[in-house]
Amino acid sequence: MIKTSYVSKTIAELKPSGIRRFFDLAANLEGVVSLGVGEPDFVTSWAVREAAINSLEEGYTSYTANAGLFELRSEISRYMEKQFHVSYRPDDQIIVTVGASQALDIALRTILNPGEEVIVVEPCFVAYAPLVTMAGGIPVTVQTSKEEDFKLTPQQLEAAITPKTKAVLICSPNNPTGTQLGQEELVMLADIVKKHDLLVISDEIYAELAYDEEFTSFAAVDDMLERTIVINGFSKGFAMTEWRLGFVCAPKEISEAMLKLHQYAMMCAPTVAQHAALEALKNGMQDVEEMRRSYRRRRNFIVKSFNDMGLDCHNPGGAFYAFPSIERTGMTSMEFAEKLLTEELVAVVPGDVFGESGEGHIRCSYASSMEQLQEALRRMERFMKNHCQ
Amino acid sequence: MHLNEEELEVLRIIENNSRIDLKDLAKMTDQSDSDIEITLKKLEDMRVIVRYLTVINWAKVDEYHGVTAMIDVKVTPKRGVGFDDVAKRIYKFKEVESVYLMSGAYDLSVIVEGRSMNEVASFVSEKLSTLDSVISTTTHFIMKKYKHDGTIFDQTEEDKRIVVSP
Repeated sequence: MIKTSYVSKTIAELKPSGIRRFFDLAANLEGVVSLGVGEPDFVTSWAVREAAINSLEEGYTSYTANAGLFELRSEISRYMEKQFHVSYRPDDQIIVTVGASQALDIALRTILNPGEEVIVVEPCFVAYAPLVTMAGGIPVTVQTSKEEDFKLTPQQLEAAITPKTKAVLICSPNNPTGTQLGQEELVMLADIVKKHDLLVISDEIYAELAYDEEFTSFAAVDDMLERTIVINGFSKGFAMTEWRLGFVCAPKEISEAMLKLHQYAMMCAPTVAQHAALEALKNGMQDVEEMRRSYRRRRNFIVKSFNDMGLDCHNPGGAFYAFPSIERTGMTSMEFAEKLLTEELVAVVPGDVFGESGEGHIRCSYASSMEQLQEALRRMERFMKNHCQ
Repeated sequence: MHLNEEELEVLRIIENNSRIDLKDLAKMTDQSDSDIEITLKKLEDMRVIVRYLTVINWAKVDEYHGVTAMIDVKVTPKRGVGFDDVAKRIYKFKEVESVYLMSGAYDLSVIVEGRSMNEVASFVSEKLSTLDSVISTTTHFIMKKYKHDGTIFDQTEEDKRIVVSP
């Protein structure tokens, strides 16, 4: 008889994502209008899909170089230079990964010694803290606030730093708040990062979806290229979530170390997806522009509608999430989301799954058709009337 | 004429949905309701917005009996007025849906609608090809419309995403 668990203590102690539970609730109901989807509502453009079909027809069914097709890395290098004014050599500073998620994983595992701390800015993507833990590090969470539009302040950053701090993990534009950090804000944060000799892991997966201000990469801030690991990919801006294709750009020393991990753990990203991504970078920028415009309209629409119905909502500068406050209903975000789902069949994600400071908010993805958004908002307005006097 | 970004944005939206509620249009473009009305009025007055139309898939309607033909027309341009004069003589016929001046092997592309192939054929032989400037015509009847004005007729868009994801 087996008495001990075969599961490692680290993994056994990990909490399952709060989103999962909510998915199970929503998936069992009929007629749900969902604002809970964290991915584009666009299907990948036909030109990109066609490139993938062609890749299969041509018989590209073998491995690529560990770091990815050189042609793709060269194209990524040009793209990073052109869009974000940061320069990375395709030879030894860019690795094509299986989604931005794998990029994050190898970045963290490459830099962390056991017990080293990573500052994780909440509310944030549900995987950040667990990924730090799984890499043997300790996530130190910093709670941003609605009053600061969910922006990390230099004071907060400084206060969270200890002798064990190795890196800051930051996502802008952010999931779930949509908050985008402007250049000046990045410069102020960078000063502290430099002062304490830290690294920044900058998750820029939503970089293409910035609506008001031009997006600034953390690596583009003065003297930050050498201490930033940029995570990016094709999922969000290019509407390619299914392809699981991301990339990571880093200084040579880190990049070469990450490549060791990548080659042992993953070998390489799928070839068909790499050919698709190549087409997306070469000819897909106009599609990206059109999608950005479309999200921007829906952002304007949903934020205005929330504020009109009494759900206080800051203006998210990017991504495709609105993060309104539900505090005036007196409910917790979990209560609100459950009631809204069962009474009105609208799925949103309770803010607390993204961290303590997400409590009192709900994440509403506006990556849905205008008809779906209108229907969801009608139902939510009725819900608010029934629950707030 | 130059339009500002707000005006361009209004055009991009209503190009695909001219029935959109003006209040929604205002919210989407971050303008007030009255500003939107002023913008639309201005664009209509300038004839940038010419007409509000509906894309109808008539092939689905049993009661509809109609055919569409695309006719390549070669013409002799006239001194001083070029192709405009002959184009005008053609587009004034009510049977004619569209007239475009083309580059390439022929000069005018004329789209004609009629109730039957006979009706279109007699229009071409009696009205169009008898015009002085017309040298030749080649008529192509449309057999099936797959996509029209950016809309795929047979498409049933289904959201394949899972309901809640991180």
